[in-house]
Amino acid sequence: MRNAPTAKRPVKIFSNLSAKIASIPMVFTAVVVFLGGSLWTIAYSFTSSRLLPKWNFVGLDQYERLWNTRRWLISIENLAMFGVFSLVFTLVISFTLAALLDRKIRFENTFRTILLYPFALSFIVTGLTWQWILNPDFGLQGVVRGWGWESFQFDPLNNPDLVMFGLLIAGLWQGTGLIMVILLAGLRGIDEDIWKAARVDGIGTVKTYVRVIIPMMRPVFVTALVLIAAGIIKIYDLVVAQTSGGPGIASEVPAKYVMDYMFGAQNLGQGFAASTMMLVSVVVILIPWAYLEFGGKKRG
Amino acid sequence: MKITTKLLSSVALLAATSASAAELEVTHWWTSGGEAAAVTKIAEAFNAKTDNTWIDGAIAGGGGTSIPAIISRIIGGDPMGATQLNHGRQAQELIEAGMMTDLTDLAEAGGWRDIVHPVSLLDSCTVDGRVYCVPMNIHSAQWLWVSHGAFEKAGLPVPTNWDEFVASSAKLKEAGIVPLAMGQQGWQQSIAFGALTLGVVGVDSFLKVTGDKDAEEAKSEAWTRAFQAVATARELARDSKVQDWNIATNMVIQDTAGGQIMGDWAQGEFQVAGEIAGQDYSCLPGMGMNEILDTGGDAFYFPLVEDEATKAAQLELASLLISKEMQVDFNLAKGSLPVRGDIDLTAANDCMQKGLKILADGGIMPSNRQTFDADSDQQINDLMSEFWATDMSAADAQAAYVSIIENAE
Repeated sequence: MRNAPTAKRPVKIFSNLSAKIASIPMVFTAVVVFLGGSLWTIAYSFTSSRLLPKWNFVGLDQYERLWNTRRWLISIENLAMFGVFSLVFTLVISFTLAALLDRKIRFENTFRTILLYPFALSFIVTGLTWQWILNPDFGLQGVVRGWGWESFQFDPLNNPDLVMFGLLIAGLWQGTGLIMVILLAGLRGIDEDIWKAARVDGIGTVKTYVRVIIPMMRPVFVTALVLIAAGIIKIYDLVVAQTSGGPGIASEVPAKYVMDYMFGAQNLGQGFAASTMMLVSVVVILIPWAYLEFGGKKRG
Repeated sequence: MKITTKLLSSVALLAATSASAAELEVTHWWTSGGEAAAVTKIAEAFNAKTDNTWIDGAIAGGGGTSIPAIISRIIGGDPMGATQLNHGRQAQELIEAGMMTDLTDLAEAGGWRDIVHPVSLLDSCTVDGRVYCVPMNIHSAQWLWVSHGAFEKAGLPVPTNWDEFVASSAKLKEAGIVPLAMGQQGWQQSIAFGALTLGVVGVDSFLKVTGDKDAEEAKSEAWTRAFQAVATARELARDSKVQDWNIATNMVIQDTAGGQIMGDWAQGEFQVAGEIAGQDYSCLPGMGMNEILDTGGDAFYFPLVEDEATKAAQLELASLLISKEMQVDFNLAKGSLPVRGDIDLTAANDCMQKGLKILADGGIMPSNRQTFDADSDQQINDLMSEFWATDMSAADAQAAYVSIIENAE
């Protein structure tokens, strides 16, 4: 900028050269690994590749089979259900906890640490822990029955209709802490004067949160939303550790289908078709959202 | 990713060349008590009888976890010296892609075609007339394990076939015993499915469907009865909520379950628990219906490597594995049947003797690993997982099975 008026206009590509050189590895990774890998996967999803990728084109056969497979349909259903519940409950619970912590309670640090702690555990550990807690003999049900409530029944992991809720509990336990901390940081960023103004106007606390504070926290919520959504789409290890897709195939998820068919069943074509469908579903949600969120701002 | 793989493999290459020339890394998934004892026998013999060194590459987690790991190492350019796989179609594409060592010369010199019994095991190792693996042992899946203690508790005679077993199930339930122990994993339920259908439809019809992929045969009335038999078994196993096969076997050992349908590797568990065949438990090959066993099992494959010393070590290991002594030592420790018909196994227990007799009488058929590729295998496992865990009707399951057979290769 500073030599712009005097020297002749520098070639644009060389301005800020060091920053551009520094970003080459990242650009390279993004283009080759991410974009290249995705395109390669999509291309080979139209082949009948088994153990090794082979270029024998079969058109939409893999997709036809995919959408006629019960396990895939159940996986999609499970992901949708898990996604909706996980999104709603994570946001509601995290925001409630964050708002409570923001009320200047005593021992805030202690509570925050306790609530954030599960996030330090991997999904594998989380899954195993909750598998034990929900085990009907040694876990929650066993303990309550031990207290004398003999008819108490809480055995979600062995019930095909409830097993996704068993996973949901574990997922929420693990994930809400992080979102809570992010929202808490957002709440701390709200000017104290807003609260004073609200109080002067005689607006109740809850109403202030809902009508004033939450709309002001939009960017923070967007961050939280992206984190939650990414967690939902890639859910895999929690299922493997907690239920391995059971009972039967009642808690299968798309990522597990991809893994099992690519490596276990030695059917790359089928795995690629499934992962392409996962990519498509992300893109379908992501593109309109990114357009609204970022495209709009640029114009305005 | 690509750069990392290259770096890793070049590091591995360096390590391989700098180390003493005849260190042979062998990967396998034999990690349970009896299995580990058996693999140690090979390692000891290999170290003692050749100049090479055995580097143990045990992978925990069973075949489902290990096979993908092994295959991705071979494809990724970091092959081990030798590896266990199930003989069958698992390595077919690797062989076709030229990634496996050709053992044909060794096999012809050693006269494998004359000593391997049944010879179909060697056929499973053969692609386009060339031999690529060494069959190591035979495991069959069609066994019903019955607890004597459980039937005594219920005041019943010990059943000698599946029908008697089903007939006594109501009394077992009354005595608070789970009639059939069943681990809630697809492959175990597939084993039970295979054993039951084989018993109901007979071997000819069974092979027509699994071997020739005759979908019309799978629609037949006999197969309908077979699926109903599986639905009956499902009811018997309703209260069995364990996951792993050995925990299900333990229910039979503890007399809390009447029986279990499982492969002959289950007898290792009975042995470890100090139970005696014919006294504490019975084994019924072919479910006591028709005495026929499949010839699944393990084989060793040798990925193609550059290093001459490693190549030589591979061939030495291959001929060691099929030698008489190794076959006896290994299989007695593991409880599996040997791949040679010309060795003496008098030390084997009651159940192994039954298996040996059936083998000698020729009551054998190919295993599902030999007839189905991994893809169909997975689909059948998925179907069985769903069927055993839900109230899916036998007719629906049959229809789904027919469509898997129609699309199988």
